[in-house]
Amino acid sequence: MSGLRVAGRGRKARRTFRHGAGNGLETGRQIRFTFDGKSYLGHPGDTLASALLANGVRLLGRSFKYHRPRGLLSAGPEEPNALVELRQGAAREPNTRATIAEIFDGLVASSQNRWPGLALDVLGINGFFSPVFTAGFYYKTFMWPASFWEKVYEPLIRRAAGLGRAADAADPDRYEKITAFCDVLVVGAGPAGLSAALAAAESGVQVILCEQDALPGGRLRGERTLIDGRPGWMWAQDAHRRLAGMTNVRIMTRSCVFARYDGGTYGVLERVFDHLPAPREGQPRQRMWRVVAEHCVVATGGIERPIVFPNNDRPGIMLAASVRTYLHRFGVIPGHRAVVYTNNSDGLRTVADLHHAGVRVVAIVEAGTSTAAQDLARQTGAVLFSGATIANTFGRLGVTAAVIRDAHGREHRVGCDLIAVSGGWSPDIALTTHQGARPVYRDDLAAFVPAQGAGGSDLHVVGVAAGVMTDRGAFESGLRAGYLTSGADGSGKMRLPDVNDAAYDITPVWQGPGTGNLPRAGKAFVDFQNDVTARDIRLAAQEGFQSVEHLKRYTTLCMATDQGKTANVNALAMLADITGRSVSETGTTLIRPPVQPVALGALAGAHRGRHFRPFRLPPTHRWAEEQGAVFAENGLWLRAQWYPRPGETHWLETVNREVETVRNRVGFCDVSTLGKIDLQGPDVRVFLDRLYVNGWQKLPVGRARYGLMLREDGFVFDDGTTARLGENHYVMTTTTAKAASVMQHLEFCHQCLWPELDVQFISVTDEWAQIAVAGPNSRDVMRQIVDPDFDLSNAAFGFMAAADVTVCGGLRARLFRLSFSGELAYEIAVPARYGDALARRLMQAGAPYGIAPYGTEALGVMRIEKGHPAGAELNGQTTAHDLGMGRLLSGRKDFIGRRMADRAALRDPARPTLVGLKPLRVDAPLVCGAHLLPKGAAATAASDQGWIASSAWSPTVGSWIGLGFLQNGPARLGDVVAVHNPLAGTVTEAVVVSPVFVDPQGERLHG
Amino acid sequence: MRLTCPHCGSRGLEEFSYRGDATVQRPALEAPEEDWVAYVYLRDNPCGAHRELWYHGAGCRAWLVVERDTLTHVVHNVRAVCREETP
Amino acid sequence: MSGERYSVFSLLRETLRGHSGWKPAWRKAVPQKTYDIVIVGGGGHGLATAYYLARRYGLTRIAVVEKGWIGGGNVGRNTTIVRSNYLLSGNIPFYEQSMKLWEGLEQDLNYNAMVSQRGVLNLLHNDAQRNAAIRRGNAMRLNGVDAELLDREAVRARLPFLDFGNARFPIQGGLLQRRGGTVRHDAVAWGYARAADRLGVDIIENCEVTGIRVHDGRVLGLETTRGFVGARKVGLACAGNSSRVAAMAGLRLPIESHVLQAFVSEGLKPFIDCVVTFGAGHFYVSQSDKGGLVFGGDIDGYNSYAQRGNLPVVEDVLESGIALMPRIGRVRLLRQWGGIMDMSMDGSPIIDRTSVAGLYLNAGWCYGGFKATPASGLCFAHLLARDEPHEVARAYRLDRFGMGAVIDEKGMGAQPNLH
Repeated sequence: MSGLRVAGRGRKARRTFRHGAGNGLETGRQIRFTFDGKSYLGHPGDTLASALLANGVRLLGRSFKYHRPRGLLSAGPEEPNALVELRQGAAREPNTRATIAEIFDGLVASSQNRWPGLALDVLGINGFFSPVFTAGFYYKTFMWPASFWEKVYEPLIRRAAGLGRAADAADPDRYEKITAFCDVLVVGAGPAGLSAALAAAESGVQVILCEQDALPGGRLRGERTLIDGRPGWMWAQDAHRRLAGMTNVRIMTRSCVFARYDGGTYGVLERVFDHLPAPREGQPRQRMWRVVAEHCVVATGGIERPIVFPNNDRPGIMLAASVRTYLHRFGVIPGHRAVVYTNNSDGLRTVADLHHAGVRVVAIVEAGTSTAAQDLARQTGAVLFSGATIANTFGRLGVTAAVIRDAHGREHRVGCDLIAVSGGWSPDIALTTHQGARPVYRDDLAAFVPAQGAGGSDLHVVGVAAGVMTDRGAFESGLRAGYLTSGADGSGKMRLPDVNDAAYDITPVWQGPGTGNLPRAGKAFVDFQNDVTARDIRLAAQEGFQSVEHLKRYTTLCMATDQGKTANVNALAMLADITGRSVSETGTTLIRPPVQPVALGALAGAHRGRHFRPFRLPPTHRWAEEQGAVFAENGLWLRAQWYPRPGETHWLETVNREVETVRNRVGFCDVSTLGKIDLQGPDVRVFLDRLYVNGWQKLPVGRARYGLMLREDGFVFDDGTTARLGENHYVMTTTTAKAASVMQHLEFCHQCLWPELDVQFISVTDEWAQIAVAGPNSRDVMRQIVDPDFDLSNAAFGFMAAADVTVCGGLRARLFRLSFSGELAYEIAVPARYGDALARRLMQAGAPYGIAPYGTEALGVMRIEKGHPAGAELNGQTTAHDLGMGRLLSGRKDFIGRRMADRAALRDPARPTLVGLKPLRVDAPLVCGAHLLPKGAAATAASDQGWIASSAWSPTVGSWIGLGFLQNGPARLGDVVAVHNPLAGTVTEAVVVSPVFVDPQGERLHG
Repeated sequence: MRLTCPHCGSRGLEEFSYRGDATVQRPALEAPEEDWVAYVYLRDNPCGAHRELWYHGAGCRAWLVVERDTLTHVVHNVRAVCREETP
Repeated sequence: MSGERYSVFSLLRETLRGHSGWKPAWRKAVPQKTYDIVIVGGGGHGLATAYYLARRYGLTRIAVVEKGWIGGGNVGRNTTIVRSNYLLSGNIPFYEQSMKLWEGLEQDLNYNAMVSQRGVLNLLHNDAQRNAAIRRGNAMRLNGVDAELLDREAVRARLPFLDFGNARFPIQGGLLQRRGGTVRHDAVAWGYARAADRLGVDIIENCEVTGIRVHDGRVLGLETTRGFVGARKVGLACAGNSSRVAAMAGLRLPIESHVLQAFVSEGLKPFIDCVVTFGAGHFYVSQSDKGGLVFGGDIDGYNSYAQRGNLPVVEDVLESGIALMPRIGRVRLLRQWGGIMDMSMDGSPIIDRTSVAGLYLNAGWCYGGFKATPASGLCFAHLLARDEPHEVARAYRLDRFGMGAVIDEKGMGAQPNLH
């Protein structure tokens, strides 16, 4: 056991702080850990907080604004002060509450927001300036000169900002997400939660019990309460064991239910391996559960509040119930000479428990006057001050004395190293407010409780969380909710354990003397972490920030990592006092999720790095990899961009070769990523007529047609070809990008608009591998692929023909005479599993004809050469007229978008319309995204007439070419326009041409 | 939020996509332009009971008419649009 | 009229006398019988409108009525980003006007709203995005707005902690607007309120409009929970609830209300020095002067008036966040909340007259309302005072939907949840 120097008296004394076995501790084993580089020992079951306290370490952190020395306020997740950086390097976790961090061998923790060290922190000087640094002072200054904000003031502020440091490298650990369903979710394994879980589980329903702590028992761990004649924590352990043995119960410890969402969905964070040096091999550090529950029992207990008095923030000033937790659960004595300050009956328990643990209680300060306190004073020898307050405290790095103001206003200075404070209990109602239900204030408890029926009929709040402040009431309300949620009538079966039932009463004292403007004894903290003082609240109210929300936002109250768990009610009550309203009239803010801070990595789960989103791989992907293809992301797809060959030194060289191969010989390209929808039924023709702008009545079997789809607002939605394979059988292709939305659109049109049409359709994108084979030699190659009984001659299977065929000796396939490249071309579709084999067969069969695969880049070059619109032109902002396809719009039928497309604004010739562009100097690149202005016009928006949407070097034309949109474009062929790219600082010139650069008559594709 | 798809049962929000107001009706081709403009652009956008269209894209692909409260997010009814009585 | 000028001198003077002299930032005004102009909605836009009416157009009998506390709508619950990096000619001049007003806001209002021009960087992950960004950046430049195209290495130099090694969608570059940045959002509402109040504007909180009194096609005033308030002109600036309020005058709008969630992490020592938007998912982030990472993503996507969202979007946002910045895995989410957006049918706002004489509409801000606050106030004030649109807001007419003159930056059509 180690000791400490008791500060303040200059007298050295070695004292022990571990007084015995705590009920949550394994004292037989020791664990070594370090804090700020110094090594300490603790036991399994210790939190970092309890272990440091056991080693006599009281100074654990510095506050945000004034860098005040701070120690432990609490023993739980509500802790505002004792935040540390846990672990190191890539695993560093800033702002970790020492009160819930379980220690493990080799744990490394450091204090944060201090320089050079905790005991001497330079920014402690901020405290000196605190008279200036009042609430919202920054709104009133730092305004002159204007440019100084970014250059001078803000950098200074940012240097002081923040608490801990984020890790320097990628998080090394894994996370996972999982969904679970249950009838009853019980939140909290204290007496009320365990009772509810037992009652529900015994009724046979599926139960999930979540406890944020490592151990069950809740407050029972921190009290000497006897249940059925045994220590309460033993009852909890038994109940836990019973539940663990039931097959319909899942118990999750170290699992915080952090939010309630719509439809009975809850977010739960399970800290799977945070209590060990590292996750087990292959296991996640944390797991996020989405729990879907029919019912939820909220048994989250309460949070004890401090009392606001001058210098109430020194290390050694601690919540009274947390003192008991350290005593009983961890066997730690938080001090040796204690003052207990309470405004309620529960706080007095600390007097008895400290005395029982051998700690000298020198004074009891109670806000009211109670016989219980008088009895305790007699038993413990403590001096009792009734109707009294603490007016000040002393001790630079830890409390050494309290100034007690008695009922007559006389002040008494009392030496102490511990002040246990209880300002009463606030039910932990966070989960009940996530759905927007406002809590109600109960004067008798001086606390907010959930409104009747808050959050819906599936939410059942029990125990202290519901404002039931007695142990007996906790059991009773828990059992009742457990039976209720399971649908069983448990009234007969309900057996309450034998438990002592002390009543809870409270004399609210929201602010002691000296906490407002005068006298200035010292700062009285309301929100410890953000350093919001009673004076800040008074000033905010004086300046009109009297709405609770304004107060919060102006002072930063409740905005720190603890979300004001210990501060909120005190602040509201003070505001109520100042403004002469009741607390109910003052109101409260809603508590936003999460209940406790949640690691961002856990919310992301496995979706990170390469696994952020799934890959979609075309059927020929593996073959393309073997060919050494270079791939690019295309939505979720990974597509081959080009296929470099040995000796090629630049991607453009490769792409030029691929284009030339297609234009002169034959190439092939996997186009399986295009959406494919198989439509069948007698009304498909009518359906297509209504989906596409153009007509489909006359498309014969065995033919395909280009189609253009609009949105109902008249703008272009998508394009593609649809082929008629049989009397009532069609197959539609969509663009890669719009495959899913076109499918959804078709479903909408059929189900919602025209259910009378007899059509069936399904997406077959993933079912068919589709490969484009293009080039003058493509027919020769196809003759090697398609089974010989099929006539491939131009007469029999001409441009835009489509047929079911067999290939490679009987394999079912579909053949289309489609051309995106403008060459004689085919698209051949085989069942997806044969895609890879088809690519290999094409390479083999095509070798004599000079075949080579080509990628998306060459595909893009050739479609620009042919003036086919693609993604950059079909960007959702263009109309059919913009694309030069106004003539396609049929005037003889209804189709999606017809009426809205007919509006003058969408047909206005002044709209930028598709044109081709060629630079005056063939080797001057046309940059996509450059704007088109009249030659000689000033580079201003007023002269802006269009832009370049797509561009490429065309080896066929021997020039850069582009597709662009230009006002009155078609009327300006031959004009020279200025191509402005101010981002690059360039202006070039280009001539406006037809968008079809190659084979404008279309002779090649008909060949 | 969860929707009980009449074909698939209770499913999480992530399986569905939303379209909007289910009460607007596509006008006849020859209807006045203001009817078309209203259909395409104007919405009641009520705070409270709302009849709306959802698509079960990650499930049965059915379009669903959902009666939901836009203030509380409570779902009162879900049925397939195909079973909808045309008003 | 409240209080003295804010300055370092007044701050020191008040420090010496225990801050006892600070006056309320704005009076708790009670409604008068009648006003020249009443603005419905004490959010950023409404307060800014009132301020500019008084300041630039010399009008005095002005009130702002607010159903709750001022600044409680989206000005108090956004991700604080300001920028003018738009593509379309209908939008750029307006947002650039706003940016210019931000740049002089603090001196104009005598209130430090911490306008911080730390830069807004849109990341680009493929050729198509880069091409679209070049088009947009060039449109900005032609409009006199600053824009720079960064390559991958320039992005890495600025933000070395982004995932450059293992990303599913590798970063190719970015479009940077250096003049973009962040503003302390609540302070915008308070600053405008205080400045308007000093010019005599009545700011009336806890005054909910329950009806719009119209006679013969002309607005007469407002029924409120604090009685009837007469007005020659009424301006609606209550985005999120525009449809509900406009319905009181029988108007149906091209708007749906949607919820957008926002998030803040625990406070961290600063390491992100600009606003970053991910291009391969919905995620944008900046770090506040208190150290919290302030971030958001896509709207939830269904009509909602509840100021809260659901888990799928939370997960989606964080998946993108971690994909972009793998080092923040152990940083913790502190708080999430939701705001109600007026999602318009083309993703752009409306500042226009209505079919009711004397009733004016400022609505449809989608999730771009905060950055628009100053220009929205100025242009709405101009419209209210002059009865004609301000030159930078001409495109924001209500009849553009019917005409087809939509301003659709994303090209998603009349589907509000896709904008």
